[in-house]
Amino acid sequence: MSSPLAPPTPGPRSARRLLSPGLLFALPFLVLFAVFMLWPLGQGLWMSLTDTSLSAHSPDFIGLDNFSEAVRDAEMWRALGHTLWFTALSTVPLVAVALGMALLVHTGLPGQWVWRLAFFAPYLLPVGVVGLLWIWLYQPDLGLYNHLLDGLGLGQVAWLSDPSVAMSAIALTTLWWTVGFNFLLYLAALQSVPDHLYEAAAIDGAGAWRRLWSITLPQLSRITAVITVLQILASLKVFDQVYLLTKGGPDNSTRPVVEYVYDVGFTGYRLGYASAISYIFFALVVLASAAQYAALRRREK
Amino acid sequence: MTSTDLPVRPAPAPRPPRIRELSAGRRRPPSGRTHLSLGESRLARVLALAVLGVLAVVWLLPMAWALLTAFKSEPDASDPVHWLWPRHGLTLDGFRTVWERGDLPLWMFNSFLVSAAVTVITVLVSAMAGYAFSRTRFAGGRWLFALTVAAVLVPPQMLIVPWFRQMLSLGLLDTYAAVILPQTVAPVMVFILKKHFDSLPRELEEAARIDGAGHARIFWSVLLPLSRPMLAAVSIFVFIGAWNNFLWPFVSTSDPALMTLPVGITSVKDAYGIQYAQSMASAVLAALPLVLVFLFFQRHIVKSVATTGLGGQ
Repeated sequence: MSSPLAPPTPGPRSARRLLSPGLLFALPFLVLFAVFMLWPLGQGLWMSLTDTSLSAHSPDFIGLDNFSEAVRDAEMWRALGHTLWFTALSTVPLVAVALGMALLVHTGLPGQWVWRLAFFAPYLLPVGVVGLLWIWLYQPDLGLYNHLLDGLGLGQVAWLSDPSVAMSAIALTTLWWTVGFNFLLYLAALQSVPDHLYEAAAIDGAGAWRRLWSITLPQLSRITAVITVLQILASLKVFDQVYLLTKGGPDNSTRPVVEYVYDVGFTGYRLGYASAISYIFFALVVLASAAQYAALRRREK
Repeated sequence: MTSTDLPVRPAPAPRPPRIRELSAGRRRPPSGRTHLSLGESRLARVLALAVLGVLAVVWLLPMAWALLTAFKSEPDASDPVHWLWPRHGLTLDGFRTVWERGDLPLWMFNSFLVSAAVTVITVLVSAMAGYAFSRTRFAGGRWLFALTVAAVLVPPQMLIVPWFRQMLSLGLLDTYAAVILPQTVAPVMVFILKKHFDSLPRELEEAARIDGAGHARIFWSVLLPLSRPMLAAVSIFVFIGAWNNFLWPFVSTSDPALMTLPVGITSVKDAYGIQYAQSMASAVLAALPLVLVFLFFQRHIVKSVATTGLGGQ
């Protein structure tokens, strides 16, 4: 009775198990899970093996043709490359800046409430608002940032229309928008570093830098690993802010793979091919997770 | 939205006082001395304050500027010379125009309806499943839980094509149901809530059972009331996630009457792209609800980040 997984009442096993309360409790979730996740996953896999399109003709089974086409599709590789590039560009600052913010706020300087609000508030904005706001900020002639650059005597920047700058501009927007979340995670982690470590260090005469370097940062390494994993997985899925800021342009130079799926499926009407690319994207996410899981495991040892 | 098998740190239970300290916004830890204290050096403190101040200004500036623009008249908004001190003073015209056009309140209503429905369904269904996986045993239960955990890896972004097909064949495209239902499947929430139920003490439950309570009663009257902080945390994240979700509502609705805020507001830009004051006024109005909610529930939100350790873009 008291074992965690024991059924509440022993009884005639088979009959009771089939209609067990456990199954009834799990049922609503299981139904939604089957209908809106497992079935679409299977459906997507099936579509990726056919030439399903949005127009009415009945699809033909074409085997792995979609996948072999995808492998030879330069645009898909380009889009995958953009996704990886965005992930690299966004993850490093999103972890580092969040850590810096949390360390500074945690030093106990006055105005805690203001700092927390300032850094976290953007995270609450719907992406549509973020898009609207940053298009305005990045305006070539009217935008705030070019104003400021002008004021400093520096030249203007074509933030969203210069292919060599656009992706960095999107990463900058993403940093501004989402860093607050990582910041809060770090802040929570800092609160739970045990006092006695610092007390011992203080007795040994360790200075502020020394304590930061030898106690705080090592104590944060686990949460840093977790934040990095979360961030990489989130960045690989980027679509919204890119679509809103540049529509993937200029000249598709910022189009990530999720947008390519959208373009192929909903403007190109090729649902089968879009499904194949979805599965390639999925493989990338699984691969990234597996690699990170392995790295974390090794680290914990 | 973000999903991985790693976000959940071990049960947060041992640390409630510290999390409360964090969320209560106490100016400095109660010991009076902080772990990262910058020592006696006044220079270090001033320097740290300066860096923090600059960062805060950089972070607040975009919003302040949007706010300023929203209160400008249209000619001032696009006047690069007098951008800081508008010549025609400040006005509410932008807000008035945007509000009277009527679609913004509608989109807010849609967003609220969709997010609330997604939150209620997701949290209820996930809590029930979490209870089932944590406190009962049934045929295939362990296997189904393993499948749920594995599904945490599936990015919803890869499902838009089959979801679209599904909604098309069910005749549900351009309905609230199409926007809501796929968003209610959240394996990561089931996982979190299962772990949470695992961590609750069993004594109360056993007492209730002796009193003759069944599973439904134990779940509803014993475990759920004990889980309020966790349920609040999970609800906040589901709600923010649904409120901010863009891709699926964008794909599944084309009828402007059903658009949610993030989707609708992009059509403002397309249709009235040059009206900067109006466009910033709609941004401000659209941002307002969640910012107000945050101001009211700041402590809970900060706490919930610490409790569940997840969220994301």
